[in-house]
Amino acid sequence: MLQIFCPHCAELRSEEEFHASGQAHIPRPLDPAACTDEQWGTYMFFRDNPRGIHHELWIHAAGCRQYFNATRDTVTYEIFETYKIGEKPQVTAKPAGAVPEAAAREE
Amino acid sequence: MTTANVYQQRPGDDVKAETPLHHANLPSLFGKGRNNPGVTLRERKLLGHLTLRGEAHDSAFSGGVHKALGLELPVALGVVSQGELSLQWMGPDEWLLICPRGQEFALEQQLREALAGLHIQVVNVSGGQTLLELSGPSVRQVLMKSTSYDVHPDNFPVGKAVSTVFAKSQLIIRHMAEDTWELVIRRSFADYWWLWLQDASAEYGLAIAE
Repeated sequence: MLQIFCPHCAELRSEEEFHASGQAHIPRPLDPAACTDEQWGTYMFFRDNPRGIHHELWIHAAGCRQYFNATRDTVTYEIFETYKIGEKPQVTAKPAGAVPEAAAREE
Repeated sequence: MTTANVYQQRPGDDVKAETPLHHANLPSLFGKGRNNPGVTLRERKLLGHLTLRGEAHDSAFSGGVHKALGLELPVALGVVSQGELSLQWMGPDEWLLICPRGQEFALEQQLREALAGLHIQVVNVSGGQTLLELSGPSVRQVLMKSTSYDVHPDNFPVGKAVSTVFAKSQLIIRHMAEDTWELVIRRSFADYWWLWLQDASAEYGLAIAE
């Protein structure tokens, strides 16, 4: 089973406590009424589906019930980092010799 | 000036109150079972539960809570207690206050007075959840059977409280003393936990205490 680091509880917790909530870092248009249909439709419905590094929104549903972001490899399911909403991700490209976060913390 | 509707939600003692485990008739089981039970279950019934939310980093908030309750705001995964009063960290901006039966209205008023003008929330959730206390030498074995969370004392010392997945559902585990653990459960799940705990603790011997 995967162990995911919750940045609010500050410890590794079992994957079954979490839910994924899709792509992270999607800003809501400041003035929705001024959007074209295409802009609003893109904001509302269109999501990236990358192969490799992906920044995702997760919620610690059975724990502190807070949302946070995770950087995950969609191919290997390695989670490189988790960080609070509003913070910037440290990992934006797949690092050479990357170590999943859970393994790194246990060492 | 707050517009929150604050009122006494607990009816008087002359009104019949049924605990979440009323149907299990726990009083009929007091004093029965093995002589040296591995697990002793006690229903801490009809206590006052208040959810408190606010800005943890605001010294006016933490100071106000201390002034109203005499308890310091616990940090992540902590629970602090004084007598029958306990305050538990639930999230970065949320705490759970559990107090003796009937004190929740007075405490809510004290909190609102001490935190007046701040962006806070106090909600009485007494009717929605209840507390089960497990004590005895085999409680940790029962917890290990039920949850994937590590309950070894190295990872789960006294004074720690976590909300986690437990027996396919979710509850809060609180380690209150060496052999004493508390489970904060949803009222609607009380029967499920009662059946689960009977089954999980059968091999160690289960006793019901008053």
